[in-house]
Amino acid sequence: MLTFANLTKTYAGGGAAALSQVDLAVQAGEIAAIVGGSGCGKTTLLRLTAGLDQASSGFIEIDGDRVTAPHPAIGIVFQEPRLLPWLTVRDNVAFGLGDQPRAARRQRADEALERVGLAGYGDRWPRELSGGQQQRVAIARALAPRPKALLLDEPFSALDAFTRASLHDHLLALWEESRPTVVIVTHDVEEAVTLGDRIIVMQPRPGHIYEEIPVDLPRPRDRMSPNFDAAKRRVLKALDNSLNPQHPPGQTAPAGGALWW
Amino acid sequence: MTVQASTARAVADVESVAPQDADGRARAARALAGRVGGVWLVGVILPVLLAAGWELAVAGGFANGRLMPPPSQIWGELVRLAASGELWTHLLTTLWRVLAGFAVGAIAGTLAGLLTGASGLARQALDPTIQALRAIPSIAWVPLFILWLGIFEASKVALIAVGVFFPVYLGVMGAIGSIDRKLVEVGRVFRLGRVQMATRVLLPAVLPEWVISLRSGLGLGFMFVVAAEFMGASEGLGYLLVDGQQLGKPAQILAAIITFAILGKLCDQALVLATRPLLAWRDTVRARL
Repeated sequence: MLTFANLTKTYAGGGAAALSQVDLAVQAGEIAAIVGGSGCGKTTLLRLTAGLDQASSGFIEIDGDRVTAPHPAIGIVFQEPRLLPWLTVRDNVAFGLGDQPRAARRQRADEALERVGLAGYGDRWPRELSGGQQQRVAIARALAPRPKALLLDEPFSALDAFTRASLHDHLLALWEESRPTVVIVTHDVEEAVTLGDRIIVMQPRPGHIYEEIPVDLPRPRDRMSPNFDAAKRRVLKALDNSLNPQHPPGQTAPAGGALWW
Repeated sequence: MTVQASTARAVADVESVAPQDADGRARAARALAGRVGGVWLVGVILPVLLAAGWELAVAGGFANGRLMPPPSQIWGELVRLAASGELWTHLLTTLWRVLAGFAVGAIAGTLAGLLTGASGLARQALDPTIQALRAIPSIAWVPLFILWLGIFEASKVALIAVGVFFPVYLGVMGAIGSIDRKLVEVGRVFRLGRVQMATRVLLPAVLPEWVISLRSGLGLGFMFVVAAEFMGASEGLGYLLVDGQQLGKPAQILAAIITFAILGKLCDQALVLATRPLLAWRDTVRARL
């Protein structure tokens, strides 16, 4: 279980807190999708969880273990693939397996590559892969050390709609195998509803949790079903309210909320 | 790709065309010449024209060629020096000095660059001093090096090492400063220690710029070997230059200059070839240096 307790982060230089008093518990094996307008602290939350930044106050725990630096049980996939260009695809996947003997490392990496559908790509250079393939390698790299929790920071935002949909399926298949706790930050409401067991809507200035919306739909989810659509509307509505908290009386809220960003 | 391979392919292409008449054959031959030689022949036209023009001018009596000997005389001088074995003695002496100075300067420059690039404290403590030393024209060290190290090899190697040190130092330090923070974060996420971060992320990331700084260092090494050999040597290509001046033998000077050009180019090429396997991963406009 991933626990956030009273988590606050103020960056040097002052201004409003990037993150203010966030309390959240993500159950083991749960997929939590975080959405929110820009500056709501969703990326800050992920960086704190990955141990790349330090919280100003409050704490994060994974199964009761404090996270103050990069934690072996937590893996992260960034917005960009961030593959090391001087390593082959296989060596990139094996990058986090440094503590293991060479043969085991190679085998684990090849297994991970096979699971993301890139068996046989191990000897290629990252530059020879498409953006979607590179991001799959990044996912394989994060999963290869078998983390208990996987963080994803807008991992598919740079990809086209078709590639994104196929990567959603890939990700869910991978999640089914080992059921890690997943926290995914996204600005795509459809992506959040496709993947999440729970949608966390955040509000900026200072960044905090505005609303939590459970999504109780069976997987695989049908994007055309009325229930899916209803969930999407609910999230959009919450986002809309979070960004226009107090419109002056008499003025109607903008319709649809499609332009929340 | 080698010239041989491209020739073979071009020949195969020509054969597959199988021209029926003389005209077709001539066209194919032109195409072959264009594809094989065209690329580098263009660059050779100007020097060949100049050399041939000078040769004709001297042969025709329009110029006497005493101070600027024609190519045939320079070639004759090169052949004479090579046949007597002098050329090789001087060449090997110079090569040894450059390589020894280059090795010392490159290793010191790389280590110092790594240290100041990776550690803010080391940069604050060391970089101002090193930059101040860099501002001194390196030739100004010559008298001091001779006093300290004597007139023989040590002072020459030291001067060359000083010349090589600075470009390598600057290159490595600058390259580390410009490493993508995002890649360093990948190292942090996987909990690399200081040494592992240096060997698995920082060093590979600076490889391309390191090679470039080594190449400019090697170029400076050749510059400084001449300076070193001017200051008193009984052997070396630089000695051939001084000797040619003092005895009024311009052909010998030019022969030494040409040898320098060829030797420098070959050393640079060897460096490029030796480091190419390290850089196969790059995704750049020009994959070749």
